[in-house]
Amino acid sequence: MSIDKATVAKIATLARIKVPEEDREALAGELSNILGWVEQLSEVDTDNVPPMTSVVDAVAPKRKDAVTDGGYRDRVTVNAPAAAKGFFTVPKVVE
Amino acid sequence: MAGMLDLTIADARDAMRKGDLAPTEFVGAYIKAVETARPLNAYVTETPDRAMDAAKGSEARLAKGEGGALEGIPLGIKDLFCTEGVLSTAGSHILDGFEPTYESTVSGNLLAAGAAMLGKCNMDEFAMGSANMTSYYGPVENPWRALDAPDKKLVPGGSSGGSAAAVAARAALGATGTDTGGSIRQPAAFTGLVGMKPTYGRCSRWGVIAFASSLDQAGPLTRTVRDTAIMLGAMAGHDSKDSTSVDLPVPDYEAALGGDVRNLKIGVPKEYRLDGMPAEIETLWQLGIAWLKDAGAQIVDISLPHTKYALPAYYIVAPAEASSNLARYDGVRFGLRVDGDTLQEMYENTRAEGFGDEVKRRVLIGTYVLSAGYYDAYYLQAQKVRTRIADDFRKAWEKVDAVLTPTAPSAAFAQGEKMDDPIAMYLNDIFTVPASMAGLPAISVPAGLSAQGLPLGLHLIGKPFDEETVLHIANVLEQAAGFDAEPSFLAG
Repeated sequence: MSIDKATVAKIATLARIKVPEEDREALAGELSNILGWVEQLSEVDTDNVPPMTSVVDAVAPKRKDAVTDGGYRDRVTVNAPAAAKGFFTVPKVVE
Repeated sequence: MAGMLDLTIADARDAMRKGDLAPTEFVGAYIKAVETARPLNAYVTETPDRAMDAAKGSEARLAKGEGGALEGIPLGIKDLFCTEGVLSTAGSHILDGFEPTYESTVSGNLLAAGAAMLGKCNMDEFAMGSANMTSYYGPVENPWRALDAPDKKLVPGGSSGGSAAAVAARAALGATGTDTGGSIRQPAAFTGLVGMKPTYGRCSRWGVIAFASSLDQAGPLTRTVRDTAIMLGAMAGHDSKDSTSVDLPVPDYEAALGGDVRNLKIGVPKEYRLDGMPAEIETLWQLGIAWLKDAGAQIVDISLPHTKYALPAYYIVAPAEASSNLARYDGVRFGLRVDGDTLQEMYENTRAEGFGDEVKRRVLIGTYVLSAGYYDAYYLQAQKVRTRIADDFRKAWEKVDAVLTPTAPSAAFAQGEKMDDPIAMYLNDIFTVPASMAGLPAISVPAGLSAQGLPLGLHLIGKPFDEETVLHIANVLEQAAGFDAEPSFLAG
C-alpha cells in the first residue's frame, strides 16, 4: 500500500500533528516503505484464527463501582501548562 | 573499601547486612560515579540528595536489624517511570517540566525495599528506538568501544539505553528498564549486562508512561543473573491499580538459582537462523547450545513457523497502541504547550514541536492502520498473526522447557548508523519481539565478545510466569560463559 501526500495530510490531521507541506512528500515515502514491509502479513493464513485480545490467560478483575480515589484537584492541575483557578484552560472554542 | 563499585547487588547486600559496608559510604561512592560518568549522558536527572537520604534510612534500619531486600542498593530508574516530585520526561520534549504527584508502583516497590534512586535514566523518546538516538536529551554513549575503532562512539542499544550504559559503566548497581519489543534485552546484550523482561502481568504498569499497553513490561538490568533475580523479586507483584497485573504470588527467584539443568529440555528454533546473520552470532549460539548440553540439558530442534511475521506484526500493533496512548499529550494537562489560534491548532502545534521524528512516524502509522477502511487489513490481521505466534510457542512448550536464541543480530554499532532507514533499525529487535508478542518471560545473558571486543548476548525465552526456570538456566549459561570482560569506560 502506497501513501501519497494527501493521505499524509489526512492522517496528520486525525493524529493532530502539524506536518508542513514541504515535509509531506518525504514522510509519504517513509510511511509507504514501512507499510510495504508489513504487507507480508497478508501471506499468513488467518482463516478461523481469532485476533488476540489478551496476551495472558487472565480474566479481567471486577471491583465495586465505588469512588476509590480523588479529591485533590490541585495535584491534578499542578502540571498543566495553563491552569487557572482549578481548571484546565484551552483556546476559546465557543463564540 | 577497594573495588566498591565492582560489588554485585548480592555482595553489597550481604556486606551491608553484616555491617562490613555502610550504606551511606556505598551510595556516596555511586553518587560520585554518576558525576564521573556524565560524558555518557546516561542520566536525564540526577537525584543525589534523595539517594543519600535513602542511604541514611537504610543505615538506621540495618543498625536495628531491620530492612528490605534492597537496603542501600543504588539504582537508576528509567525516565519512563513516574517518580513523585522528580522530573519524568520519557525522553520527550512534550513532557517538559512534568513532575508527577505520584510514584509508579514498580519504582515505589524498589524504594520500599530500601533502594536508593541515583537518578532518572535517559532513553529513546517514549521508548521508541533501538539505539538511544531519539531522546530529546541527546544520545547515550555505550561505555564499550570497538577494538578497530576506539575513537568511535557506539550506541548502548535502546530504548533502555541510559539504564544499560549506567549499569555497565558502574554508575548504577542496577537499573529499571521497560521492554516493549526488546528494550531491556537488546541494550543488555549491547553493554554486557543481564536484562530480563518478565511475563506480561508480572510487574505493574501503573505509573509507567505507556507506549504499547499490551506489550509494555518493566524489568531489571544488572551485572549478574543473581542480581536480576533479587531485583525482579522486589519489582514484581500484584497491583490492583493495574487490571492486567496478575494476582499470583511472587516466588523467591534467588532460590531458583544453582544446580544443573539435567531433566530440562531446551528448544533451538530453526527460524532464528537468518540469511546474512554474522558468523560470530551463529558461533556464539552454537557455543550456548554446547554449554547447556554439557550441563546435562537435552537440546531439541523445534520450529516456530511464524517467527518472521512477529516483527512486521509488532510494527502494526505497537504503533496502533501508541497512537492511542500518546493522544493524551495535547498541551492541556501536562508538559509543553505551543499556542495556536484555535484549539485544533494548539493541539497540532504542540504535538508537532513536542514529538520527535520517530514518535511522529509511529503515531502516524498507528493512526493510519486504525483508520476506517484499513483497520481489518492491517490491525485485525496483525492481531490474528499474533495469535498464531503465541500458538507456535504454546506448541513448543509441549516439547521443551525453554528456548535458546541469540539476543540481537549484531553487536553494538556506531552512533548515527541505521538512522536513515527505519526498517534496518527495527531489525535489531528481530529475536526479541516474538517473546514480547506472546507475553513470555525472556532474558539476555552476556555470553562472549565479538571479533571487535564488543559484548554479545544469548537469549532465553520461558513459559508464562515461569521466570524461575529462565533464571535457573540463565545462571548455568552465565557460569559456563564466565563473561568477565570490562568496558573501555568505567566510572569511579
